[in-house]
Amino acid sequence: MPSGLVGLLHGFSVALEWHNLMWCFVGVLVGNLVGVLPGMGVLSSISILLPLTFAMQPVSALLMLAGIYYGAQYGGAICSILLNLPCHPPHAVTCLDGYPMTKSGRGGVALGITMLAAIIGAAFGIVQMIFLAPYIASIAFKFGPQEICSLMLLGLLAGSTLAKGSALKGVAMTILGILLSLVGTDVNTGNDRFTFGIIELSDGLELVTVSLGLFGIAEFLKSVNAVAPTGKRAVRLGFRDLRPQRADVRAAMPAILRGTVLGSLCSLIPGTGPTIASFIAYATEKKLSKTPERFGHGVIEGVAAPEASTHSAVQGDFIPTMSLGIPGDAVMALLLGALMIHGIQPGPRLIIEQPDIFWGLIASFWIGNIMLVVLNVPMIGLWVRLLSVPYRFLYPAALFFVCIGVFAARNEMFDVGATLLFGGFGYLLLQLGFEPAPILLGFVLGPRLEENFRRALLLSRGSLETFIDRPISAFFVAACVLLLVAQAVAAWRRMKPPIRVPEAAFD
Amino acid sequence: MTGFARNRDVFAGLLIALIGAGAIAEGWQLGIGGLSNMGSGFFPVMLGAALVLLGGAMAVIHAPAPAGHHATSPDWRGAAAIALAVVLFVLLADNVGLLPAIFACVFVAALGTRVTTLKEALLLAAGVTIFGIGLFSYVLKVPFPILRGVLN
Repeated sequence: MPSGLVGLLHGFSVALEWHNLMWCFVGVLVGNLVGVLPGMGVLSSISILLPLTFAMQPVSALLMLAGIYYGAQYGGAICSILLNLPCHPPHAVTCLDGYPMTKSGRGGVALGITMLAAIIGAAFGIVQMIFLAPYIASIAFKFGPQEICSLMLLGLLAGSTLAKGSALKGVAMTILGILLSLVGTDVNTGNDRFTFGIIELSDGLELVTVSLGLFGIAEFLKSVNAVAPTGKRAVRLGFRDLRPQRADVRAAMPAILRGTVLGSLCSLIPGTGPTIASFIAYATEKKLSKTPERFGHGVIEGVAAPEASTHSAVQGDFIPTMSLGIPGDAVMALLLGALMIHGIQPGPRLIIEQPDIFWGLIASFWIGNIMLVVLNVPMIGLWVRLLSVPYRFLYPAALFFVCIGVFAARNEMFDVGATLLFGGFGYLLLQLGFEPAPILLGFVLGPRLEENFRRALLLSRGSLETFIDRPISAFFVAACVLLLVAQAVAAWRRMKPPIRVPEAAFD
Repeated sequence: MTGFARNRDVFAGLLIALIGAGAIAEGWQLGIGGLSNMGSGFFPVMLGAALVLLGGAMAVIHAPAPAGHHATSPDWRGAAAIALAVVLFVLLADNVGLLPAIFACVFVAALGTRVTTLKEALLLAAGVTIFGIGLFSYVLKVPFPILRGVLN
């Protein structure tokens, strides 16, 4: 695609104009600073910072927004890894090993590897999108509701068996997440489901409500009076020890590359791609690892793979948002809204009519990522040092940020109360030995799964055979069956010898 | 090992099965329709049935909780402080303004530990309030009254 290359070069010439470069940097900086606050997810950060861009030139505004997006995303990762407060489903996966790493004083290493994984994943995702977009589009055309449905089923199954604990519990958590995503008005019939007569629930539950409740508040409840303060050891380490060493990079690199490839495959499903990608990448690393029992106790691969795959898959969201005008998720919808405020109509004609915007934005993805590294490499030590604040002072402040972050997502005080309830529920789940991360996977994928399931069966006039009649769909269904059989066999093998619990050795 | 830790999976299974049963009940009321014309209840009933099966399997297979798992009894003081802090935030922010909401939230939450003294809690709450008001009201200009009727 030489035209793509020419366009990209043009994009760089736009994005590298000094004032655009400066706004991109400001965006990264502000996004990073706001995103790092506990409870401020990408969505809350962007919705709070959006008004800053209203008075600017459209191109600069968009570059700044891209900067904010990357900054907030990385800020969220910092807060997920250091405090176990994910606001973004892929970060819940990063937490699985990132937070244990922090607890053992390796939080700085996790942050460094996250950055490396993000830049490699994103760089690949961007290249792939520019050069392979036409081919991907032609594959995507072959995807009817049947294929999307069975692919999602595969993603859900693969993703739900990732954490510590039994596969049964993981699958139950995923299904629970799907159920939670159904709360609200059913788009097909207009019926209210699971709203219990509460008006605020008819719009459904907000993602941050679920994630900050299940992870954030549940974590506060768990550790409010726990003896061992988090990360105390990290503080006593020297500055150099906070950075990833060569051995860490060597251990993480294969995981980053595998995650990147998986992420770009998952970008086939716009909107939910990054979430599926992060869960599958983690599950794959665990399967491939020689020591799968170490996962969940702080291995670097468990941080590297999901981060790389998310960033590689997320490009698959940006492009349809710009070129088709169809946002994949709430964050993309906000960016789309920002474009429209500046009088730019996203859609197929955007590339031709506004090449500055389209290619400038794509180039700024790269530049934003590089800025992020420039900004954060010196700051890793500072972020980790935040943990030297005793937990008893940290959590009350974090609780306030969670409250205002949840509120800011859609200016609804009801959500703050709901977050508290989810916190209590999350605490109960932790005590019962559940790993709540797959709830977010189910929550994000649920609506599309139901929509496509209903559509597929409507098209086939109620015949379930439609899922195995079509070759691509049949392939995914077969993979699901294979996965289930493999799980069952593994579980059966584990049952035979006297039950020995590998987790205990690492606690 | 306490009875809770030994029977943890039974409780877990029961909880999941109960949620599943609730979903089936709600879905049934909404109407499930048929495969070719699904009602709003079809998907919930399907998921609920899966949860009931999974919950049952969990309770039957139940393995004792791993030795490393600390089934701590909840820390009631901490939990009460956190719950009260959030409730106060919601009530005060809606009715009085952001300033008292932040202060009350942080102050009450800080008293959840047995170590933090009253003075420390007051100082922390004051500090976070100043930072929070400065950041959200003045820098980010979140449209929310600082003190309703006085400073909008």
